[in-house]
Amino acid sequence: MRTGDPQAPGPSAETLVRAMAGTIPTRGRGAARFRDVGLLLAVVLLAAVTAVRSPHFATAANLQRIMLDISLLLIVATGQTMVVLTRNIDLSVGSVLGLSGIAVGFLLKDHPAMPVTGILLLGTGLGLILGAVNGALVAWGRVPAVIATLGTLTVYRGLVFIHSGGQQVNPQDIPLQLVAIARPGALGVPVMVVMAFVIAALGWLLLRYTRTGRAMYAIGSNPDAARMRGVQAGRIVFLTYLISGALAGLAGVLYAARFATVNPASAGVAFELQAVAATVIGGTSILGGRGGVPGTFLGALLLGTIANALAVSGVSGFWQRAIEGAIILAAVAVDSLIRQHSFKEGARRV
Amino acid sequence: MAHDGRTTEGLRTRGLTKSFGGPPVVRDVDIDLRPAEVHAIVGENGAGKSTLLKLLAGVHQPDAGEVIVDGNAVAVTSPTVARSLGISLIFQEPTLFPDLTVAENIFMGRHPVTARLPMVRWRTMLSRAAALMESIGARIDPARPVGELSVAEQQLVEIATALSHRARFVLMDEPTASLTPREVDRLFAIIRDLKARGASVVFVNHRLEEVFAIADRITVMRDGAKVGTWAAGELSRDEVVKRMVGRELGRSPERPHVQPGEVALEVEDLTAPGRFRGVSLSVRRGEIVAMAGLVGAGRTEVARALFGIDSFERGTVKLNGQAVRFRSPREALRAGLAYLPEDRQHQGLIQALTVAQNMTLTILGELSRGGWLDRRREQELARRQVERLQVKTPSVNSAVQNLSGGNQQKVLVGKFLIARPKVLILDEPTRGVDVGAKAEIHRLIVDLAAQGMAVLVISSDLPEVLALADRVIVMRAGQVAGELSRDEATEESIMRLAVGTGPTAGGRKAL
Repeated sequence: MRTGDPQAPGPSAETLVRAMAGTIPTRGRGAARFRDVGLLLAVVLLAAVTAVRSPHFATAANLQRIMLDISLLLIVATGQTMVVLTRNIDLSVGSVLGLSGIAVGFLLKDHPAMPVTGILLLGTGLGLILGAVNGALVAWGRVPAVIATLGTLTVYRGLVFIHSGGQQVNPQDIPLQLVAIARPGALGVPVMVVMAFVIAALGWLLLRYTRTGRAMYAIGSNPDAARMRGVQAGRIVFLTYLISGALAGLAGVLYAARFATVNPASAGVAFELQAVAATVIGGTSILGGRGGVPGTFLGALLLGTIANALAVSGVSGFWQRAIEGAIILAAVAVDSLIRQHSFKEGARRV
Repeated sequence: MAHDGRTTEGLRTRGLTKSFGGPPVVRDVDIDLRPAEVHAIVGENGAGKSTLLKLLAGVHQPDAGEVIVDGNAVAVTSPTVARSLGISLIFQEPTLFPDLTVAENIFMGRHPVTARLPMVRWRTMLSRAAALMESIGARIDPARPVGELSVAEQQLVEIATALSHRARFVLMDEPTASLTPREVDRLFAIIRDLKARGASVVFVNHRLEEVFAIADRITVMRDGAKVGTWAAGELSRDEVVKRMVGRELGRSPERPHVQPGEVALEVEDLTAPGRFRGVSLSVRRGEIVAMAGLVGAGRTEVARALFGIDSFERGTVKLNGQAVRFRSPREALRAGLAYLPEDRQHQGLIQALTVAQNMTLTILGELSRGGWLDRRREQELARRQVERLQVKTPSVNSAVQNLSGGNQQKVLVGKFLIARPKVLILDEPTRGVDVGAKAEIHRLIVDLAAQGMAVLVISSDLPEVLALADRVIVMRAGQVAGELSRDEATEESIMRLAVGTGPTAGGRKAL
């Protein structure tokens, strides 16, 4: 992956990133902003190179495909960002997505006339319940987040198979009114894409402009200090899992709309890795306390573009996985370097 | 001393007591804090000063006793409650959010929000933070992340936070421990300003020169209890030291004078900026040298540098006459230098492993043949150490976590003895062990020296230092404040060097 040329960050790109990140930086120092600019440049560069090399990339249909992929990822990664900011992680989102998709798919087989809003709310509600289980385990059961959500990842996937009996949901079972939200609507933009942007924007507002959102940063940055300041860490961590679960549940319905099939063995499988990758690549520290939705948006944009670029260039899906993994490792390493660098001055003085 | 209890302004405690399972750390303490005063609390390490502050600030709950603010008994059940009562505690190590800005650190949980929607008003928050920082004369950009600030600057952020809560009782736990003299001056100016505004500032400190520079009244604590409170003018430094130490001054010569052998460890001008400076010392074979000083004087830091855990900038270290500079503990152990860390839970022992496994950890290379561990030799060596040290354990195959603190400490000693070191550095070898185990560990240390080992003991326990040491090196603020022979060493003479009342060898300009 290209992380951008140190010479290159032009004023226009920087202005754009600053506009997205808001005018007031939480920690807007050089290194972090450089990463944002680098990400954006990487996307632009990748798109340019692929467009030149493959005639299938810069077509309207393909760009729309990228947007739909990114939307799905962005919705789930927005929830993941909040969880990771509190120094936790939600590995169950892929299974939540799968379970929600299967559940509404089977429901639609019997009740094809259900209104779209109802379907979306059902999926979201199911995700909310599954997220509440995660939240209760982590916030009050004191189970380490990795273990708790790795466990529910497996349990929820098991439920997917039990509920579906191994059967997949077929295109004829998905009513057209649902499929329509993944098709170009007014102004040629699918409703699903609009939804993703609205959700990301709301997530950004929550994190930047509410006391609850700021408390998420506080918990991740220094849990002890947060407790001393009267931040109710348990409740807030629980809330992040609720949000993450609900958004993954919503994404399950959107998945059904987008692909019109839901296969219990593949829907949402390994999607948690993509969500965590988008979050971490976007600069949200895996140790919590810093980052945010704008970065995650860039991370999702990059991942979506890479996956698509590899696909249209005829690279196998297996390679995509390997490349994705390598990018996560690079992102975590960069984060750790930035952290060491920027805190050395202050913290090293005994 | 305290008034007749009819004071309605200020904060008083009555019979405040707290223990953490063991003997009380704070015992039946009555203190009173008056408006517009600086009240210093002094005492040896472990006298209960910090715990007392934490009780007042709601970090811990007292087992007995009460806190009375403005004449009303209050229950300080959490730091939040404390703050609402106007009590703010500033920790020795700032407890802040390193990733967040100065402004947010000040206003966390109380961000200014817009009237209609609860949206954080960043601009308002930043300008309020700027005003607060300016009111204490600190020139720090409120938009900077706190993690980038120095410890002194972080402390200023904590003080600004206390001010933003309109704190009337500002409790500071060793606020000057990591500050430079200039930063201390600035802090004192702020403290005087707080006092002028009517606040009551409580100031826990080891350094008596600082205490006398700023305090109106001084409370001395010893072994968890209050010895007394005096106006600063009523006491001399020596009198304060005497009251801090309190016990029968003098010593019981438990250990015969020994004739030490050649120099085993020689350190000259060892310096690591910010940690210690110009440290020179030597330990001979068969000799026990104690390193005394207050917590934070840089003793552990010196030991860690010698052992190759941390680096140092300059200076020479000679082991048996040969210049050495260890880059890792492994190298140090191979060359015959062993260091027993203070925090055995985390640094010394692996709790889930067995006694034998822990003891042989450093010599696994010797114990294995062709990559396979010789289990029989492992067991045998461990059994020998267990016998020698009289470790009370069901067998060498019991997990270390099942042993008592004193026995764990013996296992740790065994682990290092098994590597047959020439020089042994022990860091607070008896902290947290009971009296019986303590005596055994002392006997063991004396035995080791008698067998020709050079022993350096870091200890804050003055009776222990006096019982063991042939010589005492006292550190203060990262430097050697002085060296005392066995005959010169008394609790008082050591304490005097440690807190800096006597003639100073360099003072504390270094830090």
